[in-house]
Amino acid sequence: MTAASDVIIIGAGIAGSAAAFFLRQRGCSVTLIERGLAGQQASGVNFGNVRRQGRRLEHLALSNRASVSWRRMRELVGEDIEYIQEGHIRICYRDRPELLDNFAEYAGEARVRGLELEIVTGTALRQRFPFFGPDVLGGSYSALDGHANPRLVAPAFARAAKRNGAEVIENCEILQVEKAGEDFLASAADGRRFHAPILLVTAGAWGNRFSTQFGEPVPLVSHGPTMCVTEPVPYSIRCAVGVVTPVKEEDLYFRQIPRGNIIIGGGPRNPSYPDLCRAYVMPRNTLNQFKQLRRLAPELTRLNILRVWSGVEGYFPDEQPVMGPSRTTSGLYYAFGFSGGGFQLGPGVGDVMAELIATGQTTTPIDMFDIGRPALSATA
Amino acid sequence: MAGPRVIIIGAGPAGVRCAETLVAAGIRPTIIDEGRRDGGQIYRRQPDNFTRSYSTLYGTEAAKAAVLHSCFDALRERVDYLPETLVWNISERVVYALRLGKLVELPFDALVLCTGATDRLMPVKGWNFAGTYSLGGAQVALKSQACAIGRRTAFIGTGPLLYLVAAQYLKAGAGVAAVLDTSPWSLRLAALPKLLAMPRALFNGMALTLALRRAGVPMYNGVTPLEITGSGEGGVSGLSFKDARGQAHSLACDAVALGYHLRPETQLADLARCEFQFDAATRQWLPRIDPDGRSSVHGVYLAGDGARILGANAAEASGRLAALAVLKDSGHPVETDVVDGQRRILARLERFAQGLRQSFPWPAHFAANLPDDAVVCRCEAVTVGELRRVVAQTGATESNRAKAFSRVGMGRCQGRYCGNAAAEIIAHAADVPIDQVGRLRGQAPVKPLPIAIAEDGA
Repeated sequence: MTAASDVIIIGAGIAGSAAAFFLRQRGCSVTLIERGLAGQQASGVNFGNVRRQGRRLEHLALSNRASVSWRRMRELVGEDIEYIQEGHIRICYRDRPELLDNFAEYAGEARVRGLELEIVTGTALRQRFPFFGPDVLGGSYSALDGHANPRLVAPAFARAAKRNGAEVIENCEILQVEKAGEDFLASAADGRRFHAPILLVTAGAWGNRFSTQFGEPVPLVSHGPTMCVTEPVPYSIRCAVGVVTPVKEEDLYFRQIPRGNIIIGGGPRNPSYPDLCRAYVMPRNTLNQFKQLRRLAPELTRLNILRVWSGVEGYFPDEQPVMGPSRTTSGLYYAFGFSGGGFQLGPGVGDVMAELIATGQTTTPIDMFDIGRPALSATA
Repeated sequence: MAGPRVIIIGAGPAGVRCAETLVAAGIRPTIIDEGRRDGGQIYRRQPDNFTRSYSTLYGTEAAKAAVLHSCFDALRERVDYLPETLVWNISERVVYALRLGKLVELPFDALVLCTGATDRLMPVKGWNFAGTYSLGGAQVALKSQACAIGRRTAFIGTGPLLYLVAAQYLKAGAGVAAVLDTSPWSLRLAALPKLLAMPRALFNGMALTLALRRAGVPMYNGVTPLEITGSGEGGVSGLSFKDARGQAHSLACDAVALGYHLRPETQLADLARCEFQFDAATRQWLPRIDPDGRSSVHGVYLAGDGARILGANAAEASGRLAALAVLKDSGHPVETDVVDGQRRILARLERFAQGLRQSFPWPAHFAANLPDDAVVCRCEAVTVGELRRVVAQTGATESNRAKAFSRVGMGRCQGRYCGNAAAEIIAHAADVPIDQVGRLRGQAPVKPLPIAIAEDGA
């Protein structure tokens, strides 16, 4: 037995769930298929940064488009996904003063592209962000960014899509995809089959399994982020915080949630096992975060952590996703491999892919994410 | 020739007998223990400057406690003993521990987890008020520090510990408001043939009950807890319950000791990536082990109540068996009849443990009747109603999914105390079998870990 719709989406992470939601808004019938549960992998285990600044300038259009959705999120999905628009600050340390110049240069370029940033240093920095250690030189502050609860967002999009008429099928692993005549046929491990004239692959770290079946293998690898969370303490740090540094060990970010817990991420990545859908935090990576926190926000080292976690994230060599139409097969679209930066983009990716599928074009440039770009073929 | 590097975690009856067996074969194991002294929970040794006698501390188990303690004392020079040491993670055949504020990393060839058990808890409305302790917690206060949890303590729940701790409080001169058992008497009668596998233990249990009755302590069987009354400021002030005939009662108390038998502490087995399987008899997930304690992970062994709730005597036998398994797997000669002997002891104790499970069952059905405003997860202050709402609105029917949406099990205890009950609430609310609800995955650190430990560089 086969089930038919206008579009099949494989993978109910944030990109796929949002795409299903926005395709329904455009009147397309959608079947959203997920091997496990919506948002269970990278979309659910990441830090929850809703951050535009620091992204490559050519990615800002997509990021800005996502930002519009973030600010309307409650209205869009009809529930609270704990989005806190209290700003985001990226800082640099005293031993790399040149980064402050980079911040200023970036802020000028970002302003032209619709992202307002403010450079904060000296007394102003100490007064507004008293938790920073003495080694913090200055920062770039983005008022209209923030953070959200990653565990809630993709499931909320999937539920909203379902309420609006999308077919959402969880616990259904698609093994084989092919194009037979005008239609794509997706066959599941449990024997179910789905067909539609359009197929969108939003399968994250597993995207290559499907692109390969259409003659487009890509050099996608997986890593696990290093995450931990502290016990709750009075809510006082509203903005999300991140370090800019060329040294991987110094990479650190944190945010506090109204419940009081402080979520900490960053540093060297962990081995991940896509076949098991698992990634494990190496204890040394947790300890490295402790050490780095002493430099970034020394007062926080008086806390205990309660839990660590990781997850399977898909990375490309140039740390840019694949997003757009297939080069080999008409009606086939991709949006996967967001290389650790997909959470904030997610709603924008869904929006853009829905526009592209429904109208044949998109007002937001995504050419640099083409699956045929040299950076992918060279190492494929 | 250097022997295998063996690490034993836990210096209770399983860990001590495991160490003894390894030492006898010429191996020098490392014993890591959270406690300040050896003995585990049941044979917990009092601090050095305390002078209570063995019979005061351990009652009918005094002789066994003395034997185990002297066994450990005799081993001290032949083992590396790390007390007051918390293992917070296990990764790539290395144990990560925190010892007196310092980080310790210990590589191993064989790891024997003798992590013991804690109380299995079912929420009751008001159990979040100060003054509510687990039965085990109430016992630790008494055994270790000679303190009672209140002036007038109500004991409620089920299992041998209910009577033991109440009797210990009575004997220590602490006020016992009542002993309220959720299991009906009839189950104990039905289980009698199995309980007779250990006539002395059965007799001791009956003697405890008798002592409580003689002292005039109100005792009920087949009760249903209704509510612990009190206030956020003042803590516990009373307890109400229904008796077996449905009659409501309330009593005044300033502390409640609560527990429904025990659950194994399996987080370290989880971090070591051992496979778990659902145990229908106890409605919980347990690490999969072979008869000698080998887990699904090569080189990782389990013994004692941390693997199966079989009691202290069984812990000694399973500790020896795990050591024999370590020896056999690392090429040491092991006599088959020694293994068989310990296995036979374990089989008899397994029969007694079945009797206890049958006598004092986990009251899964209470989950359905918990009021919405009762707290299920005390760490994160999540109510039963909130968990039910999440199940109904999001379709989360699996423990980890419900945790992600509701925060149940995300706090300091990581679901060690609410996980079993939360699973029952989810199963009932979603109308799915309990085994399909799954179990909360263990994540490091096992207990809250101070960030300041990295002070000297990691």
